[in-house]
Amino acid sequence: MSTRLQSLGRMIDRSKPVEFTFNGKRLRGYQGDTLASAMLANDQMMMGRSFKYHRPRGVVASGAEEPNALFNMGTGDRFEPNQRATTQEVFDGLTIKSQNHYPSLEFDIGAVNQLFARWLPAGFYYKMFIHPRPFWKYVYEPFIRQSAGLGQVPKEKDADTYEHFYFFCDVLVAGGGIAGLAAALKAGKEGKRVLLLEQTADFGGRAVVDGVEIDGKSASDWVAETLAALNAMENVTVRSRNMVAGVYDHGYVLGYERLTDHLSDKSGPRHRLWRIRAGEIVSATGAIERPLSFYGNDIPGVMLASAVRDYVVNWGVSCGDRTVVVTNNDDAYRTAITLKQAGLSVPAIIDARSSGAGPIAAEAEKLGIKVMKGKAIAKVKGKKRVTGVQICLQAGEGSVIEEIACDCVAMSGGWSPVVHLWSHCGGKLNWDDDLAMFRPNPEKPPLGADGQAFVSVVGSANGHLSTAAVLADAGQTVTTNEPAEAAIQPVWMMPQGAGVKLRSKAWLDYQNDVKVSDVQLAAQEGYESVEHTKRYTTLGMATDQGKLSNINGLATLSAALDSTIPNVGTTTFRPPYTPISLGAITGVARDELFQPVRKTPMFQWHDANGSEWEPVGGQWRRTYAYVRDGETTKDAVNREIVNTRENVGLLDASTLGKIIVKGPDAGKFLDMLYTNMMSNLKIGKCRYGLMCNENGFLMDDGVVIRLDEDTWLCHTTTGGAAHTHDWMEDWLQCEWWDWKVYTANVTEQYAQVAIAGPKARQVLEKLGGMDVSKDAIGFMEFKDGTLGGFDARVHRISFSGELSFEVAVPASQGAAFWDALLEAGAEFGVMPYGTEAMHIMRAEKGFIMIGDETDGTIIPQDLNLHWALSKKKDDYLGKRAQERSFMASPDRWKLVGVETLDGSVIEDGAYVPAPGNNPNGQRNVQGRVTSTYYSPTLKRGIAMALVKNGPDRMGEVIEFNKEDGTMVKAKIVDPVFYDKDGEKQNV
Amino acid sequence: MLILHCPYCGVYAEETELHAGGEAHLKRATIGDSDEAFEEYLFMRENKKGVHLERWRHANGCGKWFLCARDTATLEVYGTYPAQTTEPPADIVAAITAKHPGWSWKEKA
Amino acid sequence: MSNAVSALNGQEAKGDVTVRELGLTGMITLRGDFEDENFGAALSQITGAGVPDVRHFVQAGDFTVLWMSPDELLVILPYEKAAETVAAFDAALKGTHFLAVNVSDARALISISGDFANEVLAKLSPVDMSADRFTAGMVRRTRLAQVAAAFWMLPDGSYNLMCFRSVADYAFGLLSTSAKAGKVGAI
Repeated sequence: MSTRLQSLGRMIDRSKPVEFTFNGKRLRGYQGDTLASAMLANDQMMMGRSFKYHRPRGVVASGAEEPNALFNMGTGDRFEPNQRATTQEVFDGLTIKSQNHYPSLEFDIGAVNQLFARWLPAGFYYKMFIHPRPFWKYVYEPFIRQSAGLGQVPKEKDADTYEHFYFFCDVLVAGGGIAGLAAALKAGKEGKRVLLLEQTADFGGRAVVDGVEIDGKSASDWVAETLAALNAMENVTVRSRNMVAGVYDHGYVLGYERLTDHLSDKSGPRHRLWRIRAGEIVSATGAIERPLSFYGNDIPGVMLASAVRDYVVNWGVSCGDRTVVVTNNDDAYRTAITLKQAGLSVPAIIDARSSGAGPIAAEAEKLGIKVMKGKAIAKVKGKKRVTGVQICLQAGEGSVIEEIACDCVAMSGGWSPVVHLWSHCGGKLNWDDDLAMFRPNPEKPPLGADGQAFVSVVGSANGHLSTAAVLADAGQTVTTNEPAEAAIQPVWMMPQGAGVKLRSKAWLDYQNDVKVSDVQLAAQEGYESVEHTKRYTTLGMATDQGKLSNINGLATLSAALDSTIPNVGTTTFRPPYTPISLGAITGVARDELFQPVRKTPMFQWHDANGSEWEPVGGQWRRTYAYVRDGETTKDAVNREIVNTRENVGLLDASTLGKIIVKGPDAGKFLDMLYTNMMSNLKIGKCRYGLMCNENGFLMDDGVVIRLDEDTWLCHTTTGGAAHTHDWMEDWLQCEWWDWKVYTANVTEQYAQVAIAGPKARQVLEKLGGMDVSKDAIGFMEFKDGTLGGFDARVHRISFSGELSFEVAVPASQGAAFWDALLEAGAEFGVMPYGTEAMHIMRAEKGFIMIGDETDGTIIPQDLNLHWALSKKKDDYLGKRAQERSFMASPDRWKLVGVETLDGSVIEDGAYVPAPGNNPNGQRNVQGRVTSTYYSPTLKRGIAMALVKNGPDRMGEVIEFNKEDGTMVKAKIVDPVFYDKDGEKQNV
Repeated sequence: MLILHCPYCGVYAEETELHAGGEAHLKRATIGDSDEAFEEYLFMRENKKGVHLERWRHANGCGKWFLCARDTATLEVYGTYPAQTTEPPADIVAAITAKHPGWSWKEKA
Repeated sequence: MSNAVSALNGQEAKGDVTVRELGLTGMITLRGDFEDENFGAALSQITGAGVPDVRHFVQAGDFTVLWMSPDELLVILPYEKAAETVAAFDAALKGTHFLAVNVSDARALISISGDFANEVLAKLSPVDMSADRFTAGMVRRTRLAQVAAAFWMLPDGSYNLMCFRSVADYAFGLLSTSAKAGKVGAI
């Protein structure tokens, strides 16, 4: 059984007990425990069920590489699945539940899958779920959905908060082991700005656990001194519980800082995502021990040798009373010695090497540990817990020599440097045959903006496994008490001649249940590329991303392919190193801060008066309609239109773009930008203009006014303001940089209100302050003055077809001006109207709308806007494009009005089918509706449509399709439905 | 995520401050030019795996457009320069050529 | 005008770092050729300040002049003085190529002050805000989360931030939330 020891446990504070709940059971641990160590201290070795076969699984590792011990953590609005027990620290009140089982961890129905394991081999999904085809939708997919996925999905909104933090440094050191500490110290002494990030709460890494002496000092003293020196440096920042998640182009690095995951007090941000820009990155990320592949290597109690040692030294936890150590290298002997010294029993060290270990073997034997050379584990016995191991020859096929009773197996298949950060941006690897590991290839580093290497690797991550070599790699020459080590002997299968029976219970990938036999089967079936094999077998595709399994897997694959490991190569290392929370990625961007919402100065009035909001031009909010009590939205829209047509309406038009264009060449510039002539616009006048892109297609429209000799103000659509300003600056900076023109986007300087309707003038006269008569301000003219005490620019322009004034006042006075208009207009029946009423009124007038009548493929000629295309100008943006033959084709769809014969409203997006089919067997079409509304003015449906040869087919009846499959007949008419001669607007 | 030096305000701006604008040094074809020349201007773009000359705007910054010589495969940046020029400056061409002997950009060397 | 109201009407979020909207403030966008003698003369005659260095600002009495781009400055001044000052530039620079335009109402101005004000900005903008890199007198136009913004550091160690009026609510929310979330303790 696993239990808490009386002594040891440098990480825990025995004076601070904490209580947590596991599957409803209350368990105790100490502050400093990880969930895994606390569970083990409570003899809870079994921690989960595997994904595919639902096999009982215990914890294997002691760090970020753990594949098995994943839990549903927290409850309600703090619930999160797949939390790793080896990296989660316990705190008072922590609640966890095991996952991937039904009804319970101890008894799981899904474990029946094991019986079918023969029929669930690699590629099972691809083979099984192909035929018959219709089964996919109704049988296979529901079945797969039901059984797929680990853990549960959180159902409530996350109660925690998150944030980002931008940080800049010369040197980023990833990893707070001795290599990282030494590298940070070196860079710090050179005066560089240094950031050192350590993913756990603790510094020093393995050197401290292994009790190494550095220059006569204990490793923990060396670490404490180095940390103190670093903390004393102004130019060095040291953070723990902060993992380097990924290295990206040009020195961009993400750090994942966990602030409250280990605390009962959850106030403040839970995670902080550090968005770091580093001049250079030093990866001191250490190495990860590899499992060995033998029968039953996934039974709870089979663990990495280093992890068994960690639990004893760091947390004072023994993983078993009797531990058999199995290894192919010297390091695992340390585990045996540590256990023995802690008073635990080690019946044997099974060393696959016939020559055995270096001097450390004698040390072990001196403690009375039996060392068995050239031996292997044939089988691990036990179901939910190891009960013993059968020993055989490594060189043989698995004939059992003897059986040893034990409750823990500590295995070591050698060490793999953590090369993720080196590889994220393309650093290449070399296979080191002597050390049996992939090491960073210094000849092929990841390259930065200057074409030079920007990531370097030190210490174990660079393949140095002894303390002296690690520190030498980081620039420090030291002496240590570590004995020389004998060479590792690569062992990819134990025993080497294991038959299929043994191989099919020798696990490579614990979380995804991939066995040695699966990879061999993939190779047999023709999978040669490691990337393909990975996807076929799902090796390394679980949440641990194959930290334990990848090297063993590709060694197995290369053997099966009769190739070499470097030939087969590795899969791609992609960030993040371990999963990071979606909350951290989101940061503060949630709720009101999810996205900026742009508000006009009158926003609050609208909001308080029944505004139904509509997003316009991206982030603006405009009122769709002001809905009163008892009204439907449709009622409100119709009321607003009728009132505007009969009395007077107010529209908040503040969102329209307003761009100042000034300079001696401004007229010439605007002549290039607009299809019509703007240079000859008279001061005080307004002109409607069209803008096309270089492809000739309509891009934006709006009214341009001339303020003085060399200054124009261009109105744009709501969505087009920023784009049009950028467009202008692009041409001025990049093409016509010798033209003297300045622009300024003054969209938000003004609150703008359209006062429209037969009584509009009376409202302004009531406000008083300036002459707004027809003679003073004619149609398409503007004047500056004051209205009711407000500084105002009054334009006589109309988008509704009514007598209309658009008045601009300083934005700060927008709300007050709106109130003043409502007050002055009260006796004339003034009512605000929203964007839908505006749209319908403009459609009644046959005015086009960018985005309705245009879709990025429409030229002005399609919309019969020839009058707006200047013939006097040699050039304008889009002119050359419009000369292309297909732009002049008579077959282009052109704008017309359409009226249904029965007065109904044509459906949005309806097409006009034509006889016959196209080559794809689809019905031919000859037109489509672009705007379609119920007109309360005309009391019938009206629409605009683009129809082939439309203007030549006036009076013809065509058919539009409907969603129910029927057709509606409509007559082609003039698109101007209301006040064709413009008598109402020009009064 | 790229960092580019804005030659106007001197900021080493990260990509989120920038707006990419496609190929640099396009020659505008217009009225009087042939269909082929116009097609070339409007649609034909370099698509190199290698050193590319491109337009960037310091949009969330000083607002200025600048040009950049960047390797699309390695992301090495050979330099940025003002937009008011019809060809890359000699020092940048030299830096590119030193690494890629014989490098050329359309009709410009 | 008495009925003029700034975007957030002086809203304030007090704390270790206090975020406060500064109310109505005059702002003028001034574009021109900084090398031109007339330009510099008009600027110093009207504001008392010279052309600031790249990404810096200068203060002179009521006026603060900020560098925005190689051909654009922002003049910050009392709200009531904006219109007359634009007129003064129009008169002084008549005949040269320039642009002076009143943008006082188009923007919101927010003050961020207190212990870790620089870290509050570093949570939202991709700018090196460490004390020795971003110093008093500096201006930075950048991005505040998802919107464009500019900020500058005053001699007292506080920062002023400017954004468009329509997103003032959003910017204030970002800053006050980040201030409330507390200190990082890294720069």
